[in-house]
Amino acid sequence: MHLSSADLLPLSIALPLVAALVVAPGRLPAALSKLVAAAGFAAPAVIALWLWSRFPAGFAGGYPFNWSHDTGLGKLGIQLTLGLNGVSLPLFVMAGLVGLAAGLYALQSKAERLHLYLALLLVMQAGLMGVFASVDVFFLYIFHELALIPTFIMVGVWGGRDRSYAAMKMTIYLTVGAMLSLIGLIALYVKGGAGGPFDLIHLRTALLAHPLGVVWQKNIFGLLMFGFGTLVSLWPLHTWAPLGYGQAPSSAAMLHAGVLKKFGLYALIQIALPLLPLGALAWAKPLAVLAVVGNILLVGLITVAQRDLKQLVGYSSVMHMGYAFLGLACGTAAGLGGVVLLMVAHGLSVALLFLLSTSIHRRTQTFDLDAMGGLARRTPVLAAFFVAATFASIGLPGFANFWGELTIFIAAWNFSPLLTAIAVAGVVLSAIYGLRAAAKVFFGPETEELAAVTAAQPPADLAWGERLPALILLMALLFLGFWPRALSDPLNSALGAAPASASAPSAPAVAQ
Amino acid sequence: MTFAAMNPALLRFVSDSNDWNAIMPELLLGCLALFLLVLEIALPKKQHALIPGVAILGQLAVLLGLLINFNVVFEHPVTFGGLLYHSHSGQLMRIFFLLSSVLVSLLGTIALAKQRMPRIEFFHIVLVVTAALMLLVQSFNFVMLFVALETVTVGFYILVSYTRTNPLSLEAGLKYLILGALSSALLLFGIVLLYGAVGRVEIEGIVHTGFEFPTLQEFLASHPHNFLAGAGIVLVLAGVAFKIGAVPFQIWIPDVYQGAPTPVTAFLAVSSKAAGFAVLFLLVHRVFPAYLWLTLPILGVMAAATIIFGNLAALTQQNVKRLIGLSGVSHAGYLLIGVIAAATEPSLATGAVIFYLFAYLLASFAVFGVMTHVAGPDDSDQELTHYAGLARTHPFLATVLAVGLGSLAGIPPLAGFMGKLFIFIAAFQAGLYWLLAVAIFGVVISIYYYFGWIRAAFFESGVELDAPAALGRPARTPLGLMVGVALVMLTLATVLLGVYQGSLGSMLSLH
Repeated sequence: MHLSSADLLPLSIALPLVAALVVAPGRLPAALSKLVAAAGFAAPAVIALWLWSRFPAGFAGGYPFNWSHDTGLGKLGIQLTLGLNGVSLPLFVMAGLVGLAAGLYALQSKAERLHLYLALLLVMQAGLMGVFASVDVFFLYIFHELALIPTFIMVGVWGGRDRSYAAMKMTIYLTVGAMLSLIGLIALYVKGGAGGPFDLIHLRTALLAHPLGVVWQKNIFGLLMFGFGTLVSLWPLHTWAPLGYGQAPSSAAMLHAGVLKKFGLYALIQIALPLLPLGALAWAKPLAVLAVVGNILLVGLITVAQRDLKQLVGYSSVMHMGYAFLGLACGTAAGLGGVVLLMVAHGLSVALLFLLSTSIHRRTQTFDLDAMGGLARRTPVLAAFFVAATFASIGLPGFANFWGELTIFIAAWNFSPLLTAIAVAGVVLSAIYGLRAAAKVFFGPETEELAAVTAAQPPADLAWGERLPALILLMALLFLGFWPRALSDPLNSALGAAPASASAPSAPAVAQ
Repeated sequence: MTFAAMNPALLRFVSDSNDWNAIMPELLLGCLALFLLVLEIALPKKQHALIPGVAILGQLAVLLGLLINFNVVFEHPVTFGGLLYHSHSGQLMRIFFLLSSVLVSLLGTIALAKQRMPRIEFFHIVLVVTAALMLLVQSFNFVMLFVALETVTVGFYILVSYTRTNPLSLEAGLKYLILGALSSALLLFGIVLLYGAVGRVEIEGIVHTGFEFPTLQEFLASHPHNFLAGAGIVLVLAGVAFKIGAVPFQIWIPDVYQGAPTPVTAFLAVSSKAAGFAVLFLLVHRVFPAYLWLTLPILGVMAAATIIFGNLAALTQQNVKRLIGLSGVSHAGYLLIGVIAAATEPSLATGAVIFYLFAYLLASFAVFGVMTHVAGPDDSDQELTHYAGLARTHPFLATVLAVGLGSLAGIPPLAGFMGKLFIFIAAFQAGLYWLLAVAIFGVVISIYYYFGWIRAAFFESGVELDAPAALGRPARTPLGLMVGVALVMLTLATVLLGVYQGSLGSMLSLH
């Protein structure tokens, strides 16, 4: 059978699911089941990289690799349609890479009932690939939930001491967000010509031809903004995130904070902004203020006060979402491009930080920053990785994050100089907590508590099982830091078409 | 002189005798029910264990026959001189009730084995009630409707108090009897008022009365503001609201659900509720369409109150039978939204309600299936704490439970989510924004208690899992093959219907 590139998209979702089904019953010998799981994690990453290399240049706004199948709701205009455009491609690739890293890291972890843990991670991975590959809005939502459910279970079963409370809180917050956005999507479905195809391509043409009234646009955008915003931890609906990440097992935190959380932003960029331009305009100011004052300033200050390493990483990820929301609020092609770049970069860097904090915990038996110190002498490689990840997270040049933040600041200056100034000041905050954490863990004298732990069990440096996933993430961060064009070219082609289309219909650019 | 002219009565009999084919499934069920009693007498005591198997296989055979002859009844949609009307949704509901009774019988084989109770009568009554339920949803005449409904209700009086050694079961039976009789009285009074309002219409020697739905509908259409008819309609709705457990007629649910044997609770929760909705749908949209100005506001208030009450009351429950009963109340609320939306969006809302009912059946029986295995000899004592460590000791049952509860909670990509999605879409199209807001509120609350149940089964690290006595929970029943297969199928169907509706999806837009 001849496989075209488009057939690879459903495979990137199906293969992890198949692997999950094979691994889940736990009947295979441990080594074989690990091998199957590894293949399940690697397949989407390989497919993503392959499609990236095959992505046609100068493809303005359309969806190459289109693939669709009617699952029975064709009459309601809902069918499984997959495809990648310039916005989804970077995130699809990032999902593949972070998934591979999280999977590899899980393989060497000593989790109880490892086969179930791996199976849930594989289901999550399948859902994540589906989220960014979906063109149909309905399936976009379904895939997000498919990835979300395993998170709750993983937090509840394999999480830290407060896992039960954390899982419950996450579930309720994220359900509220999901329900609000569901109503927004239903409204969009009904108002956008119910019964017509419910995919991004057709919705865009339909709503360009007959835009919704201002009131409906405002209402629907508000629902979507707060709904998806909750999923991305928009202040003040963010409190589930640090708690949940603090308790989540490392691979689940990597996949959720790194990839799944980006779904809300992605949906806002792909659905809300292009389809509801007037609504976006009306909500831009409140969104920007919430993001800058709430996420960047307040949460930034809270992050500085953290003593627990994993909580600190969790709060910092909430804070960085503020920059993404600020870029969203600008609504220009440059701002959105910056958001997507930042989403990719942040996904890679926060996953790396969660991975490394767990590795640190394994050696120190604590997440308490005050109880650590001087680890660099014993584990130089781990220290090097952590410092690099911290630099990336702060947004130093040379790492992918730099380009994302820089572009957002440039775009935001035209939008509001005051907010931009506060946001730039936020970078100082992230430098303070990032560098302080690195210093407390790795440098200075060893504390007594740590000395007791290390005396009982001398910490070894990063093993290859931990090094490989960390290396994948760091290489990707550095590659994009030095060669952002690899992502910005497809992004430009997609975004150049999208905002302009608010004034002039670009029908030829839309692949039917 | 021809034979026909000579003997019109005989000819009428010959032509009417074809009508019996239309209710062949119900007739076969009745015969099967009697056959079970004969078997009990004829077979030696040792072989009585075979009888439930005969009942289940017989029902499966009837179900198969019904599926094969699905379209036959549409050739003559009205039978028995207007007593019955065979519609597409009616056929679907017949399948629904048969599926449900097969599953109730399966649960019965497990639950009854734990108590020293007469076995065979249970299956007998389930068959009779199911036949009556099937006639109920096809009835086209108030006399037919009332007789079928009473057959169902009387059957349930016996079933609810079936465990007569258990005081809670007897209490449940008494409560159900008194409140059931009250609701029947309300219904009957409403019917009589409607009958009186219509009077009699005589055309060419044929008498049409207010019992017949077409006559009643015509009368109501020509008198859209008749006070007597309006009062009758409200009373009829009240009688039906009792069946579906909508506020303010939900008061019996927690106690009756807790006291009744688990299979009977499942039967009440699924079949009885669904029958109520089928009747409500028929009455509101086919018989009383001229009185939508009256029925829709009542149903709207009822739906909102039902969702809010059901979810809030379920929050604090520790007994899982009460919990599932009250969560079932909230499901009635969501379904009521579908019934209301059908006034403006008939095609989508009808399909949505039917899809929701099927998804509810699959998920509910998955959950009840697990409940019968976790329950001990005291059927009314089923606490959340009994589920501690279920995922460790019985991973299969725990998975089934999680899928079932997830579907009830409406978590994608399970069937229950699709049901809610369709109802929400229909409601949005019908412009029921405030009901939609209430429904979303309800869904979010429901996550808390469904999740609490899942948490009890999955997250609690039971320390002494091997010593149930030490934990004060009953020993769990080992899983049988037949029930195991049924649970696998329920779980798979719940997942499959969530992601792949296939030809069922296109049925959604049918009338």
